[in-house]
Amino acid sequence: MTLLDIKNVNKHFGGLQAVSQVSFGVQKGMIKSLIGPNGAGKTTLFNLISGNLPLTSGQIFFAGRPIHGLAPYQIARRGISRTFQNIKLFPGMTALENVMIGRHTRSRAGFISGMFHFPTARKEEDTIREKSFELLQLLEISQYADVEAASLAFGQQRAVEFARALASEPSILLLDEPAAGLNIYETAEIARLITKIQSQGITVLLVEHDMSLVMDISDEIVVLSFGQKIAEDIPSAIQQNKEVIHIYLGDADA
Amino acid sequence: MKARKYFPIFVLMLVLAGIQQLTQLTGTVYYLTQMTMTAYYALLIIGLCLVMGYAGQLSLGHAGFFAIGGYTSAVLTTYDLTPLLSKGNSIISFLAASGLLVSRDNLYGEALLSVNPWIACVAAIIVTVVIAFLIGIPVLKLKGHYLAMATLGFGIIIFRVVLATEIFGEADGISDVPGFPLLPGVIVSGDFSNRVQNYYIACILLVIGFVLLQNLIDSRVGRALRAIHGSEEAANAMGVDTSRYKLYTFVLSAVFAAIAGIFLTHYNGGIGPSEAGIMKSVRYVAIVAIGGMANLWGALVMAALLNFLSLRGMFGSYDDAVFGTILIIIMLFAPHGLLRLQFWHFFKKSSGNT
Repeated sequence: MTLLDIKNVNKHFGGLQAVSQVSFGVQKGMIKSLIGPNGAGKTTLFNLISGNLPLTSGQIFFAGRPIHGLAPYQIARRGISRTFQNIKLFPGMTALENVMIGRHTRSRAGFISGMFHFPTARKEEDTIREKSFELLQLLEISQYADVEAASLAFGQQRAVEFARALASEPSILLLDEPAAGLNIYETAEIARLITKIQSQGITVLLVEHDMSLVMDISDEIVVLSFGQKIAEDIPSAIQQNKEVIHIYLGDADA
Repeated sequence: MKARKYFPIFVLMLVLAGIQQLTQLTGTVYYLTQMTMTAYYALLIIGLCLVMGYAGQLSLGHAGFFAIGGYTSAVLTTYDLTPLLSKGNSIISFLAASGLLVSRDNLYGEALLSVNPWIACVAAIIVTVVIAFLIGIPVLKLKGHYLAMATLGFGIIIFRVVLATEIFGEADGISDVPGFPLLPGVIVSGDFSNRVQNYYIACILLVIGFVLLQNLIDSRVGRALRAIHGSEEAANAMGVDTSRYKLYTFVLSAVFAAIAGIFLTHYNGGIGPSEAGIMKSVRYVAIVAIGGMANLWGALVMAALLNFLSLRGMFGSYDDAVFGTILIIIMLFAPHGLLRLQFWHFFKKSSGNT
């Protein structure tokens, strides 16, 4: 079934057509990647899906319901979770606390029960802590639970961000250039973690520059260039696609 | 775990009681008056600490909320309703019949009919909540300097309104505000005979407020607030309704300010426009800053110390200048507050383990 359905999406910034008439679907359980040269509109499209930017026109459906026009926090509550290209962990909080924020949509204690520490709120707090710790274990960083997240190595910070995004038990995880700034070993590690996440039954939409990562783990790839979709296929076919080769490498006689 | 959490609170209560005993022993009971006032100001300041330090939203208008609470309560408990009653106003006679009004003698021995302090207190809180929502909804869309300026504007409006409105006593403010009987025999008033009792009323209120805020910070909501402070975009992406959380926090801290205003007005027997002044708001911000922003204990300790010194007249006519200077020095040299010094860390750690 199509979990995320993007239909004729357009985004203008003044006169600039950043995304034009892009349509594609993400099937449940797959890893789908969005690639393209710099300025192709990948991150813009990503921000349109997560609600950080409003659409100019078009529609986005998630599990059959429209999500365009919703605020980011409402989209998060529907089960779409994301990470950021330039890691956005909460400063001054431990790795565990960062992940605990991710449980926000799965818990409910409000101002009143927070102030009076009702037993229900305390029990909920214990569950949040347990589940968050389990995620740190899943991503193999539980030994850093009580370390301030911002002081961890870059690759570990990425893993904390993954754990935080997973804490809301999303149906789909949007990863914005998870290999940015990582060396080849860390990239391989991230690739392994992404397939591990997929094996938990979570659909992944990946925006990425790193070709080796994309080709290794993707089930399907969408290629964007100047805001338009120029190809959508399985990795081996994308590698043979003339137009894709053209936009990445240029003409043979150029 | 629970005992460890409340241990510092227990120590705080012992210290507060110890101070009272000390004034008794040394014959300096008169200090309790300023200490009581200090406790009420501290209540406002810990509320501001939540908004500023934890949610990261600067408010330069909190003296405005203090004044809204104090003035509403003062007007309702001093405004003579007798003429309206004799004119046969049906609302007033209904209120009188249901026992919501109280009759007493004014300074000149004439009978005065006004609203029961409890009703006035509830009304003052409701008025504050409504105004805080009305101001907060548009203003909290702003960030940084813009938010600071907008809240400053709000503070100025409240100050000019109380200064120019007849019912608020213009430059004279409102005097002859009656005591606030909380329970039989327990009354918030400035009578010398009630001095010790009032010191404890103020301290208990402050400790309750402190525990509530500490619990809140240590909860799912508090975590979300710290996340908003860290990165609003990321908090939003995690499903935190950031605008709503900021608004509720702002309103909650306004209520803390209003309660401080209500109680202090009853304690002082009146309120004047200086309580709504901009320099008051600046002072509160300076104290939260010197306490270390996201540090409830720091705000409490600094609020107690600096307000007491100020109320005892230690800063003389340079009062406001002192707080302005504090603000500059803290921002330049110790943006994390004075209490972030190493020896204090050591002290905090060792007390936490007991």
